[in-house]
Amino acid sequence: MEYYLQLIVNGLVVGSIYSLVALGFVIIYKATKVVNFAQGEMVMVGAYICFALTVQMGLPFLVSFLMTLIFSVVLGLCIERVILRPLIGEPIISVIMVTVGLSTVLKSLVQLFWGTQIRVFPPVLPSEPIWVAGVPIAPIYIAAFVLSGLLFAVFSIFFKYSRTGIAMRATAMDQQAAQSMGIGVKNIFALSWCIAAVVSSIGGIILGNINGINAQLGHLGLKVFPAVILGGLDSLLGAALGGLIIGVLENVADGFMQQVFSLPGFKEVAAYVVLVIILMIRPYGLFGTREIERV
Amino acid sequence: MRGKCGLFHTSYASETRFFQSGFQKLSLGLFLVLLLCSPFFLSNYQVSMLNMINIAVIGAVALNLLTGCCGQISLGHGAFIGVGAYTTGLCTLAGWPFFAALLFGGLVTAVVGMLFGIPSLRLKGIYLAIATLAAQLILSYVFLHWTSVTGGAIGMGLDAPVILGMSLDNDAKMFYLTFGVAAASVLLVANILRTRHGRAFVAIRDFHQSAESVGVNLFAYKLQAFAVSSFLAGIAGGLWAHYTMYITPEQFDIMLSIQYLAMIIIGGLGSVLGSIFGAVFVTLLPEFLGVLAQWAGSFFPNISMYFLALREGIFGLILVLFLIFEPEGLAHRWRLIKAYWKLYPFAH
Repeated sequence: MEYYLQLIVNGLVVGSIYSLVALGFVIIYKATKVVNFAQGEMVMVGAYICFALTVQMGLPFLVSFLMTLIFSVVLGLCIERVILRPLIGEPIISVIMVTVGLSTVLKSLVQLFWGTQIRVFPPVLPSEPIWVAGVPIAPIYIAAFVLSGLLFAVFSIFFKYSRTGIAMRATAMDQQAAQSMGIGVKNIFALSWCIAAVVSSIGGIILGNINGINAQLGHLGLKVFPAVILGGLDSLLGAALGGLIIGVLENVADGFMQQVFSLPGFKEVAAYVVLVIILMIRPYGLFGTREIERV
Repeated sequence: MRGKCGLFHTSYASETRFFQSGFQKLSLGLFLVLLLCSPFFLSNYQVSMLNMINIAVIGAVALNLLTGCCGQISLGHGAFIGVGAYTTGLCTLAGWPFFAALLFGGLVTAVVGMLFGIPSLRLKGIYLAIATLAAQLILSYVFLHWTSVTGGAIGMGLDAPVILGMSLDNDAKMFYLTFGVAAASVLLVANILRTRHGRAFVAIRDFHQSAESVGVNLFAYKLQAFAVSSFLAGIAGGLWAHYTMYITPEQFDIMLSIQYLAMIIIGGLGSVLGSIFGAVFVTLLPEFLGVLAQWAGSFFPNISMYFLALREGIFGLILVLFLIFEPEGLAHRWRLIKAYWKLYPFAH
């Protein structure tokens, strides 16, 4: 039983990072209807920038953390302005492929600068485990979980009450109507990419503190798809829950398969099997908008 | 259609003819003869490149039928090619004749493709892309972990194909096989596009609701597109497996799917000629970059260290640049060049 409890706790931690990355994905999709296949690479770039600032340049962690966030804002702006804006109005496949191309470019840039070996962050928090409900949990895990929850709270409030947040929701709902009400839709697009880049970077930094980082980190971006489909492509709450559920599910399924069928590495696909099932039964997810077509 | 000056069509049949003029027929014929003679004067390495191009042409034409013409995005064609490769490989290892194994590989892949195409009835655009992405990742996992059948990470060794007692054990002999199959696939797809089915595919891509309202059975036609497309992908996989004579799961990962999608985008979505251009371009790109790296190596001695990382990045960069600056692909550029020369001294 404790085996599964441990799996669930691990799943919740990994899931909270999935949620963060999914949050970035959903913000972009909601506002701009762009499916971002480079989300995982944005996580990776953020993690490596923070690593470079902390370890290679020797800055204090908090300073480098803030500088990484500033860098992410610039990165998000550049991506939106240079790559995505010329493609407004192009077919979906072009938009998908441009983000796929972007992901390979980012990945190869990271490999170029930092190589492929695993890099480890210096420990920021003490490593003695804290006992929660009889299960030892490293403080960094708890920090990851709390930080994700905090970010979600911040963004929920932002979208609900701030003027900009309401403008973003209006854009998501109907671009033409938003534009005629005096909302700069292009600015909203740029802003959503900035927010997504910042959120992904935070996810990357947390992940770097837990596992270390390497050039394969971008695969995380593919794990986001099950999470967002489960939650519903355009729902923030869905992204949060979807990430957590997928995280727990894949850990438990992996542990179960290993214990019962001694099948290794089921973690890699568990989420996608779930994804296929959801797509067959309820493609708009738990909280997504159900698209209805009438002739 | 874009024929020569003064060419007027009086019937639909004449408009959908392959060759609008004798000159087209003649130039294509000469080009084919040149290609068929090429193994005699090209080096072994160059013929092996031609083989890779032929195989890529089959896969690209197949994917273009599904994604470019029918509008169903598939991120799983790399894995479908893998299914064909493993099935054909298993059959020839069991002693089947090569062509029977190749066809069976294609059929099994068609079934697998249709299976993952079933969600396409309810799913569109990005949902379908994600569903096929799941297909890709699940199949990759199966290739890697179904060790008793696929050999797992170690891979599967195969023999050169034997046709009518003759072993195709060098590049030149293999060239005629791959060229023949590639030519047949191109002809098949080009002809499908001229039929009722092809027009239904294009109608579904352009606007599925109006297609349905004029009596196109969406589900049947989408499944047909998936079936034909993955059948040809399976054939490409079978040929590739027997050409390289060794297959491992890494060959069929998501990068392969992306490469094939890049081919049809760089070549031109929905264009048979474009798929061929794209296949040539993407297959030769690493070679070209290799030459470039060697040349640059005389200025920057340790560039080869970074070459591997750079290669994928440059590939992605070219994809992005094409999408931004030439979204209709090389086929469109080719048309512009032809139009320019047609009116050469009086371009305007």
